[in-house]
Amino acid sequence: MKVGVLQFPGSNCDQDSLHAFATVLGVPARLVWHKEESLEGLDLVVVPGGFSYGDYLRCGAIARFSPVMKALKAYAGAGGMVVGICNGFQILCEAGLLPGALIRNDCLEFRCETVNLTLAARREAWQASLGANPLRIPVAHGEGNYRIDEAGLAELEANDQILFRYADRPAAIERRGNPNGSLSDIAGICNREGTVIGMMPHPERAVESFHPSRDGLPILQTLLKLAGHR
Amino acid sequence: MKIIVTVTPKKNVLDPQGAAVQHALESQDFPGLKAVHVGKIIELEIDEQGGAGWEERIDRICRDLLSNPVIEDYRWEKAS
Repeated sequence: MKVGVLQFPGSNCDQDSLHAFATVLGVPARLVWHKEESLEGLDLVVVPGGFSYGDYLRCGAIARFSPVMKALKAYAGAGGMVVGICNGFQILCEAGLLPGALIRNDCLEFRCETVNLTLAARREAWQASLGANPLRIPVAHGEGNYRIDEAGLAELEANDQILFRYADRPAAIERRGNPNGSLSDIAGICNREGTVIGMMPHPERAVESFHPSRDGLPILQTLLKLAGHR
Repeated sequence: MKIIVTVTPKKNVLDPQGAAVQHALESQDFPGLKAVHVGKIIELEIDEQGGAGWEERIDRICRDLLSNPVIEDYRWEKAS
């Protein structure tokens, strides 16, 4: 098992992702610079968060043209396991590896907080490891408002591609559960095969005892399990 | 020559920036305001000898990079 973490100019969750897999979970992992043209030998590729290329024009729009993205398309096309987190999710949408797009949070604020996340898909591997209880996972983004047209949303639902939703919070907490106004409270989706995943919350920032929770661990472990079954 | 590309949010896509500007304008005594949309303009300066098919090439870059067709519309014009 080997994990690769892509690194674009402006990525800033690359080291966190590497730490979570290599140090916390003890899985061999390496950084993959955006100029690299091959992803051979990797079982799971992480497209990390950050502000790739300054997020100029649109989030993720410029990263999409990196040499490594050509390799990523071939890798994903061959059934390779890919997860895009935050800016990584935006990049996967811009690259057409996942449907839809992420726009400005409806509140117009950058939201940095811990959200309640629930598993929305009825996919076996995920149900077995996450169960029904909400997970406490941090978010940190200004553009996490997932949008897709009506037909696209119906397709996501019909194919069980909505992986995570923001869950409501106890009434005692003023702010609503959904931090960005995303359509249908969507926090994460996958392709039909379940091999390309995009999510706004950061599981790699919920793996240490000093983090807000360690609920990111079962998410990362499920990714490894899925990658191992290929 | 100069090409001006205008990118705007699609009409049926939520436009939080437009809504925020609209709220601000509504508090500025601006009667008759119906809607505000915030987009961006991109100016391209191109060699006059752009070669055959340059108009198609501009359409292509508008679709592939300058706008995201999922959420945005674009139009372009040659500046005088």
